[in-house]
Amino acid sequence: MIGIVYYGAGNIFSLTSALERLGISYGMIHTEADFEAYDRYIIPGVGHAGAAMAKLVDTGLVPKIKALQKPTLGICVGMQLITAYSEEGDSNLLDIIPVKTLRFADSAEYKVPHTGWNRVYPDEDSPLFKGIPQGAHFYFVHSYYIEYNDAYTLASTDYSLKFSASIVKDNFYGVQFHPEKSGAFGEQLLTNFANL
Amino acid sequence: MLAKRIIPCLDVKDGRTVKGVNFVDLRDAGDPVELAWQYSQQGADELVFLDITATHERRKTMVELVKAVARNINIPFTIGGGINSIADADALLNAGADKISINSAAVRTPGLIDELAAAFGVQFVVVAVDTRHNDGKNIVYLNGGRIPTEKETFDWILEAESRGAGEILLTSMDHDGTKAGFDCTFLKTINDAVHIPVIASGGAGNVQHFVDVFEQANVDAALAASVFHYGEILIPDLKEILKNKGIEVRTVAKLVSA
Repeated sequence: MIGIVYYGAGNIFSLTSALERLGISYGMIHTEADFEAYDRYIIPGVGHAGAAMAKLVDTGLVPKIKALQKPTLGICVGMQLITAYSEEGDSNLLDIIPVKTLRFADSAEYKVPHTGWNRVYPDEDSPLFKGIPQGAHFYFVHSYYIEYNDAYTLASTDYSLKFSASIVKDNFYGVQFHPEKSGAFGEQLLTNFANL
Repeated sequence: MLAKRIIPCLDVKDGRTVKGVNFVDLRDAGDPVELAWQYSQQGADELVFLDITATHERRKTMVELVKAVARNINIPFTIGGGINSIADADALLNAGADKISINSAAVRTPGLIDELAAAFGVQFVVVAVDTRHNDGKNIVYLNGGRIPTEKETFDWILEAESRGAGEILLTSMDHDGTKAGFDCTFLKTINDAVHIPVIASGGAGNVQHFVDVFEQANVDAALAASVFHYGEILIPDLKEILKNKGIEVRTVAKLVSA
């Protein structure tokens, strides 16, 4: 059963709706004690990474989150939170995975936010992407991206440069796209996470 | 490479779709959720719901619609129509809308764009612009092209971008309903001038019009209503032709068996 870390950063109705469609049970985490009720966790998030981090700090759950041993998935800004730093608001983040979140450069050819369906190239044999072909399209909407890093990038996408569509370190996973809005492949990824 | 998006637009009144829809396999052609599901299965990349409800119950029906769509549909969607305040937008966000589209309210109160972008992020704010050619100028119109404003379209779109619009939905009223093709020339002018995505709207009549708007204007997305609702263009066929023309699109592929 998935515990969703509830810290007030953005709407989670679409995420919980997707889990319900897929028959994946979930609950909300408000306090440290709530973590015990679940065997895996999702950190959601939309909006401003610095503001989201401030809200997460306010919950008092940060030390517990950093010490989690069970599978944990950050989605969009929730993924950015597990990195060390974001240029958005010049913010220090959870630093669970030592990579940085940077802003896309403005250019005539590549608009920001990066909005729409882009191709994702996961590592072969990744259980999170089981059954999902190379180059499958996922839905992105973001102005900040996580740098590509050989050690931690689990899936890459190209948009003016190669960046991390997904990262991993031990039990911590992140996806920049929105699996709950990414059609059948997104639903497959959520199912894979529930089965890790 | 980022795919060009195909976006069916559904007009909704009192929670029901209006305008004829003649998909053969719909149980209830007036049910926006069923229609949305059908489009998502066909490979639509995104949906726009335009709520034209006029009653004071509008806000409640919009929220109910958004919740029903979010429960059932696994692609992103935008809702527009009569959104005037942060409170309206907040209710729709919490009901599961990915984006809201504002039109007249933004023209009357441009600061609303700034407020919405600050509150919810630019990715949530689509500014819809109805434009019409008038006396050698492109002018912003309100109320579906009936009421001219003082604003020149080019200037207004740049202002909307600078205030925090995350995307522009540009409808050429001179082309809308003609089925003679998008206004590729003006769309290119706008698309080249902004650094946010542009959705082309107005004039789609056949598949070649979509090829033209992507090849000539290089917009990010193309929106249409009747050609999709009446089955004149089927989205899988459209995507196949775009793909054969070398235009990057998302096709609804199958999961690989593990």
